[in-house]
Amino acid sequence: MSDNPILSVRDLVVEIPTRHGILRPVDHVSYDIHAGEILGVVGESGAGKSMTGNAVIGLLDPPARIAGGEVLLKGEPIHNISRDRLRRLRGNRMGMIFQDPLTSLNPLLTVGDQLVETILVHLKVGQSEARKRAIAALDEVGIPAASQRIDSYPHEFSGGMRQRVVIALALCAEPELVIADEPTTALDVSVQAQIVALLKRLCRERGVAVMLVTHDMGVIAEAADRVAVMYAGRLAELGPVREVLTRAHHPYTAGLMASTPLASQGRKRLRQIPGAMPRLGALPEGCAFHPRCERAEAKCRQDPGPRIDTCDGRAACWFPVTETQEDKKEVQA
Amino acid sequence: MSALISVRGLTRIFDVSKPWLNRVIERKPKALLTAVSDVSFEIEENSVYALVGESGSGKSTIGKIMVGLVPPSDGHVEIDGVDLATETDAAKIEAVRADIQMIFQDPYASLNPRWRVRDIINEPVAAKGGNVEGLAERLLDQVGLSAADAGKYPHEFSGGQRQRICIARALASEPRIIVCDEPTSALDVSVQSQVLNLMSDLREEFGLTYLFISHDLTVVQHMADKIGVLYLGRLVEEAPRDRLFHEPKHPYTQMLFDAAPRMDAFGREVEPPKGEIPDAINPPSGCAYHPRCPIAVERCSRERPKMRKIGETRVACHLAE
Repeated sequence: MSDNPILSVRDLVVEIPTRHGILRPVDHVSYDIHAGEILGVVGESGAGKSMTGNAVIGLLDPPARIAGGEVLLKGEPIHNISRDRLRRLRGNRMGMIFQDPLTSLNPLLTVGDQLVETILVHLKVGQSEARKRAIAALDEVGIPAASQRIDSYPHEFSGGMRQRVVIALALCAEPELVIADEPTTALDVSVQAQIVALLKRLCRERGVAVMLVTHDMGVIAEAADRVAVMYAGRLAELGPVREVLTRAHHPYTAGLMASTPLASQGRKRLRQIPGAMPRLGALPEGCAFHPRCERAEAKCRQDPGPRIDTCDGRAACWFPVTETQEDKKEVQA
Repeated sequence: MSALISVRGLTRIFDVSKPWLNRVIERKPKALLTAVSDVSFEIEENSVYALVGESGSGKSTIGKIMVGLVPPSDGHVEIDGVDLATETDAAKIEAVRADIQMIFQDPYASLNPRWRVRDIINEPVAAKGGNVEGLAERLLDQVGLSAADAGKYPHEFSGGQRQRICIARALASEPRIIVCDEPTSALDVSVQSQVLNLMSDLREEFGLTYLFISHDLTVVQHMADKIGVLYLGRLVEEAPRDRLFHEPKHPYTQMLFDAAPRMDAFGREVEPPKGEIPDAINPPSGCAYHPRCPIAVERCSRERPKMRKIGETRVACHLAE
């Protein structure tokens, strides 16, 4: 892999001060995304995956704030620059795709107006050239008869088509980094497959770095090159997608995979992780996963939370799972 | 085994027209949406029947008709030989009503935030004047919560725990049938497995029959004995679980299986399916799937295929064999 990542996040900490103390929805998270790579970020609700994406792109809602660490876009820090400079970066060098395509488009403007506006703001082109590019952008994301559909309003498109428009909007100023936050969650299976294929194609063709935030392991397996698993605001595991999904080192990842119904398993009883993710206000001491972990020992309860770089380099766990999938199956059976 | 539930020719049409005056001014005809169109199937006692389909396929409407929340426009649902929509004997209706309960998708919206858990769970029995002494405590214990939780309010529980409360409430009147409308869609994976396991356990313990409505193929494959696939309000294929997953006969079912993201398909490169679900107000002529179907012939756009039985599978496709 090349040495110059597009996005580099180092020890990122996001804090929310509340009446009951300071919450840390993102706690010392570090990762890189290279050009043309899709990094999948998975976790259950409340794991801090969306918060990480928002922190990177500078869209944290106050009082949430970046309290530590740095975010580097091609080596330049972007976590401490003015709102104005950040606004110019967004759209131009960073694009964002949200979960709900209906709320991320302006219902009062035609799709063309919104695309042309974005292009005019970020690129030095004239009105007619901008419109030409807007049509090309719609065409590229697979909207049929783009030159006619450009004058339609968002409500005239179906859910899948709307999400394509949002992708066109995120990509029209040719960004280097795209953050896609649950881009297919609101869509049906057949449309989801179309959108995932589209994201993969655009990422490969344009060499865009994509951060794909989702809770769907299936989408991650098909789309991502590497995957980051988050739990209670911390990175639990980070590695190549095939490695992490088939030979998880972190007990949480392993449990997550075992509790997902798999086609090949048939009617066997699902393994379940007992309990639920702790609330941020009531994180346990030590490793945040230890109350639910069957491998937990005294070290997990006492020592400060393990970090990937201080453990085996892939999982933030003092006692990572190392046996292969086959061994585990035997143990289960 | 005999069928506990039998659904015949079920149809539900919703009037989605604009108000009368707007229609006159804009000269628009009435808009009718056929949510369920001529659906027939049977559910055997102590089995799990799953309905799968994408949004707008009518799966939730069928569930609502089943429990009597929505009356059918045409067709019959017979539960134990009693048709709720036409039966006149009040005692029989009451007996069937108590036999069928429902679990909804969103455990946050389906529990009254101002009621204590005890009252929520007791309500189905208390409403009929039954004895609720210790009932909530016993049920909470059965669904894996503690009896002490009965005095708490819903907001004190997490999503998975709330879904357990919903299940406890559904069990209160000792039903034989539970209609589950996307029971785990709002839950995280690790919690989903807890709820699915609980549902399997309760089924064995109480001999329950489930109508399981879901869009998630992996969950359906895990839970169901028999599966019906819906497209645009029509049943396109029905088969026992293994038959369906090993040998899907309808092109729509095949597309659904191919499109579903799989955890073992790393970097899979497949041609994504074409097109989208058509507008249910103006469905395509003939077979509703023909505009997207890769093998459609001229006949498909003309003639709506009838359900045919091929082996254990029932399929509505002219070309399936």
